Amino acid sequence: MSNATSDNETVHRVSFLDRESVNIPILKVLQADGTVYDKAVLPAIDEALAHRIYDTCVFTRVLDERMLGAQRQGRISFYMTCTGEEASIIGSTASLDDGDVILAQYREHAAIRYRGFTTEQFMNQLFSNEKDLGKGRQMPIHYGSAELNYQTVSSPLATQIPQATGVGYSFKMQGKRNIAICYFGEGAASEGDFHAGLNMAAVLKSPTIFFCRNNGYAISTPTSEQFCGNGIASRGPGYGIHTIRVDGNDMLAVLAATQQARAYAVENHSPVLIEAMTYRLGAHSSSDDPSGYRSKDEEAKWQQHDPVKRFKLWMINKGWLTEKQDAEMYEKYRKEILAELKVAEKLPMSMLDTLIEDVYDTPTPRLKQQLKDLKKHLKKYPDSYPNSKGRL
Amino acid sequence: MAEINMLQAINDALSIALESDENSILFGEDVGHFGGVFRATSGLQEKFGRDRCFNTPLTEQGIAGFANGLASNGMVAIAEIQFADYIFPAIDQIVNETAKFRYRSGNEFNVGGVTFRTPYGGGIAGGHYHSQSPEAYFTQTAGLKVVVPRNAYQAKGLLLASIRDPNPVIFFEPKRLYRANIGEVPDEDYEIELGKAEVVREGKDITLLAWGAQVEIVEHAADMAAKKGISCEIIDLRTLAPWDVDTLATSVKKTGRLLINHEAPLTGGFAGEIAATIQEECFLYLESPIARVCGLDTPYPLIHEKEYMPDALKTFEAIKATVNF
Repeated sequence: MSNATSDNETVHRVSFLDRESVNIPILKVLQADGTVYDKAVLPAIDEALAHRIYDTCVFTRVLDERMLGAQRQGRISFYMTCTGEEASIIGSTASLDDGDVILAQYREHAAIRYRGFTTEQFMNQLFSNEKDLGKGRQMPIHYGSAELNYQTVSSPLATQIPQATGVGYSFKMQGKRNIAICYFGEGAASEGDFHAGLNMAAVLKSPTIFFCRNNGYAISTPTSEQFCGNGIASRGPGYGIHTIRVDGNDMLAVLAATQQARAYAVENHSPVLIEAMTYRLGAHSSSDDPSGYRSKDEEAKWQQHDPVKRFKLWMINKGWLTEKQDAEMYEKYRKEILAELKVAEKLPMSMLDTLIEDVYDTPTPRLKQQLKDLKKHLKKYPDSYPNSKGRL
Repeated sequence: MAEINMLQAINDALSIALESDENSILFGEDVGHFGGVFRATSGLQEKFGRDRCFNTPLTEQGIAGFANGLASNGMVAIAEIQFADYIFPAIDQIVNETAKFRYRSGNEFNVGGVTFRTPYGGGIAGGHYHSQSPEAYFTQTAGLKVVVPRNAYQAKGLLLASIRDPNPVIFFEPKRLYRANIGEVPDEDYEIELGKAEVVREGKDITLLAWGAQVEIVEHAADMAAKKGISCEIIDLRTLAPWDVDTLATSVKKTGRLLINHEAPLTGGFAGEIAATIQEECFLYLESPIARVCGLDTPYPLIHEKEYMPDALKTFEAIKATVNF
């Protein structure tokens, strides 16, 4: 019983617990030079899986570089990179079944890419054109795809955490051997939704993986101003949740931890908390300049832990990849992304009727009337509304 | 057909909903074995098991977020917020998530299977944390349906329709009537269409509009007015979002006058929206300004509850003033 005191050790002098009382080891498998630690146990991985993972890494690096550039050129309004966090995101997603539902925060586009989101689909979302699955209703980077079991991103922080608990519970009720995985940053763990979601998952036994990307910063706020405890992992046992801390820049460690977390969640209908210790090498978003709050030295130090480079070295050591192949992959994606970008940015926005669609399952009479009035107005002043001109 | 009270009607509706769709789940604070603080869920855990009818930890934002997650993955989530006064911790999940799930994803995902049930309103000596009518906060949020029954018959039919509606619904239950309202309720499964107002009583001099527990208040006022020779038409709005403009406008065009009564404070209340719309729809038919008889712009009081309430006498006075304008 959670409230029982009879089993507790008794002491007769005052003795407090503090952050160090919770000793949390960190799982590391892969060293910076691409070799594996002596005693490390490898995750289940073969050459095909390694290539699918690495391919996603390269695509994501190129996408982030190109689209940040496109944002700087004013071609898209906003962008966010996941540079430095690829091992956390891809290593975890690669451990899942494709039927598992992903509830992302916003910085996990590598996960939807791993599931099969095409370059064209990325561009359509980023340019909010008529082919965007989200019908151009949210800012760039708010990807989502029902087909890929990746729920559409919502801007408010941490809202996906209790929702993931619900998704996990629904799988249990449907008798499916699937789970929900929920990504969030250490900053989002300060929101009430974090507590609500984890506590409910533990109590209701929901098969859900809570994956915290502890990347050091919540916009400009460093972890030292975000929490005082022993990271986010220390909270897991407090909720009664199976918990592990991993090196978030170590693809094999993340893969190993998430594979076992998933197996545990499915078998026990229970949540797992994973804290991946990583670093946000890029800015928070295109609207942010990290030089205002962190040093170049700090960033340079973390560059040495580059997760993509580390995994690449491992693949080269295995004889699964050559430098030449690697360079070709980068080149291929640079061309592909640029080509798709040029197509997507020229596509028009959705027809005006989509403005009132999906508010409810069918538009209400009032919405129909509002659209009718709006169209009348737009027809009268077409030049003042260039985006919908000729698209009514 | 049995004579039952509103709580029994709600319990009956929940039981039918759970029985007719095995994908549906009922949860909230104390709704498990205890049956809810008002006993609306009595016996349902025994009938449907702990997996489908259960207590949650005390966390409204958690309940709402969990409901969203369930519904986003194909389940029907029926969540109880113990008092409407306690819905505010969940407001981000409801307003930013529940309401916008379908729209923001381009219909890739939706949470149409969510229904939040919550007891609202005063008249129970509950003070300001057990008496509020927060419907207007939600009528401003596109994507939500807001439904308020006024009696046991409606409670069953509207609740079943809400649970089965492919959109998220907030279902406000007038707790003052939970046990007070007893009426004939069919045993079978039936639904009352959402988005449609009901003409409760026909009349020719003025239209009185209310919903939920206030309908019986305007009925009393109409009886008082009848003794003075004033004929009142009474309309129960039933669904506040999306609301039935046509039924109301047709009535006002006939009577030429409108009085709106609600328990929530006047300022920013839903009566303002209705008045503006009817003024637009019926401008040339109106013979007097649209009257609003509402709660005061104060928190809901305890000791002055009777004074605060938009009661029958205040409504009667407003009817006379409007008719004699």
